[in-house]
Amino acid sequence: MKRSRQHYCKRDYMGLVYILPWLLGLLLLQLYPFITSFYYSFTDYSFFNTPKLVGLKNYIRLFTIDPEFFNSLKVTLIYTLYTVPGKLIMALFIAVILNKNLKGINFIRTIYYLPSLFGGSVAVAILWKLLFMSDGAINNILQFLHLPTVEWLGNPDVALKTICLLEIWQFGSSMVMFLAALKQVPRSLYEAAQIDGAGKIKIFFKITIPQITPIIFFNLIMQTISALQNFTSAFVVTTGGPNKATYVLGMKLYTDAFSHYKMGYASATSWIIFILIMIITLLLFRFSSGWVYYEDGDDF
Amino acid sequence: MNNHKKTLKLVVSYGLIGLVGLFMLYPIVWMVLATFKTNAEIFGSLKLLPESFSLDAYINGWRGIGKYSFSRYFMNTFKLVIPVTLFTICSCAVVAYGFARFKFPFKRILFVVLISTLMLPNTVIIIPRYAQFNQLGWLNSYMPFYVPALLACYPFFIFMMIQFIRGLPKELDESAYMDGCGTFRCFMSILVPLLKPALFSAGLFQFLWTYNDFFNSLIFINSVEKYPVSLALRMAIDAEANVQWGQVIAMAFVTVAPLIILFFSAQKYFVEGIATSGLKG
Repeated sequence: MKRSRQHYCKRDYMGLVYILPWLLGLLLLQLYPFITSFYYSFTDYSFFNTPKLVGLKNYIRLFTIDPEFFNSLKVTLIYTLYTVPGKLIMALFIAVILNKNLKGINFIRTIYYLPSLFGGSVAVAILWKLLFMSDGAINNILQFLHLPTVEWLGNPDVALKTICLLEIWQFGSSMVMFLAALKQVPRSLYEAAQIDGAGKIKIFFKITIPQITPIIFFNLIMQTISALQNFTSAFVVTTGGPNKATYVLGMKLYTDAFSHYKMGYASATSWIIFILIMIITLLLFRFSSGWVYYEDGDDF
Repeated sequence: MNNHKKTLKLVVSYGLIGLVGLFMLYPIVWMVLATFKTNAEIFGSLKLLPESFSLDAYINGWRGIGKYSFSRYFMNTFKLVIPVTLFTICSCAVVAYGFARFKFPFKRILFVVLISTLMLPNTVIIIPRYAQFNQLGWLNSYMPFYVPALLACYPFFIFMMIQFIRGLPKELDESAYMDGCGTFRCFMSILVPLLKPALFSAGLFQFLWTYNDFFNSLIFINSVEKYPVSLALRMAIDAEANVQWGQVIAMAFVTVAPLIILFFSAQKYFVEGIATSGLKG
């Protein structure tokens, strides 16, 4: 596309006035803290002193001395790897079933959406804690069925999965998005495929999925970003335990920064989270050019 | 024959949906019924229904632990959440109008910046913001929530409203200009009425997210008299030994009940909001 010299009329400059609040917010509350946290990550800053530059010391400490860091990194990555695909697959699966013209569909959709309403609230974390306690409701059911009970929150190998389950339980909002996307797929495509004699499964993978890839991709990225920052469920349900098995990076950051006031050090952790998000997003974008299909040929 | 197969399929579909639905709903149903139970019933009892429907847990739980009752915490929550919601809708709508209807210098690049801030994680900016707000003397007040809302720091909603405004015909604006309206008047009297569904959806989600938010409240608010319900709940389970779980779960339910009511009374906007704009919910 050739760009001609733009002419702006007086009225167009009003646009700048309207976006002024956002521009201020961007500079003062987003860009400035963003750059400052990068600077802090190279300093010794305890909130009560002025930041003192120490070079790469914080990062070196994270990667060499700090025993918590690799554990937290691992826990966070596992959490992301379980919850994001788990949530999206559930959402897609249920959305495809609900996409048929079943009776009572609105009611069913409502029920499935309900857990998403509570998001990362403390109330729902407390509910989870109670349900999965060693003498809680879930174990009572297992006992009744003569199945072995599980230490859902006490066993380091299980605790993280229990937290993941809370996240996956809230697949409703992704499901509603997928459902809306599925309704947009033109009928004619299905009809054409049926005439060509394609089977159900083939239609699903060759037509349904490609048609809704943009919305899957969007969900994938947004869910990944929020999963990498998870905090509330780990903090309230298990307080990072047992044995730091659920001590996600978000919790490490919170503890370092706001309990120990090691703000410079915590900033380094926050930048690791940011770099992680960048790498994963870029990988997804690179990957996506192979499988995300846009109707109008535009990029994301 | 074919009919037979169809019925079978229908049964399988409903069966599958019902089964998953059961798993979805069980925790919520359990929560509601647990609010009437005693501590002994909550643990070590299989029965879903309580022995007797007593409201003790609600009455005692509402009194709260420490100096303040949940009336106070709810008041605090609304003092925090309602202004944040209103500020967010107003600021984001105005900014979206600017982006959607005018072509000013650097618009393209600013729009790219707006979209990329969608991916700016809160964890990266929280520490400097804390230091910033401390210098301004805003810690332990609701300013750290109000100001970002006033300055449209929620790219999600801006983007959503830009999309919505772009869907409205530009001729509307042109004819308003012809009639001698200024740009602001055109916005207020022509676009805002048409924008109502989008404003309402954005408001609902901002309400929901701010209401549920725990991380920011935990960091910025530190005196109990200013606690919103999320922090009050957390405080209730923090009490060393002997947590009164019956009361805690009753209060947990009381805090989510307004969301459930809101959801059922404005379901259309929720579903449309998620479906049309790709919000994360």
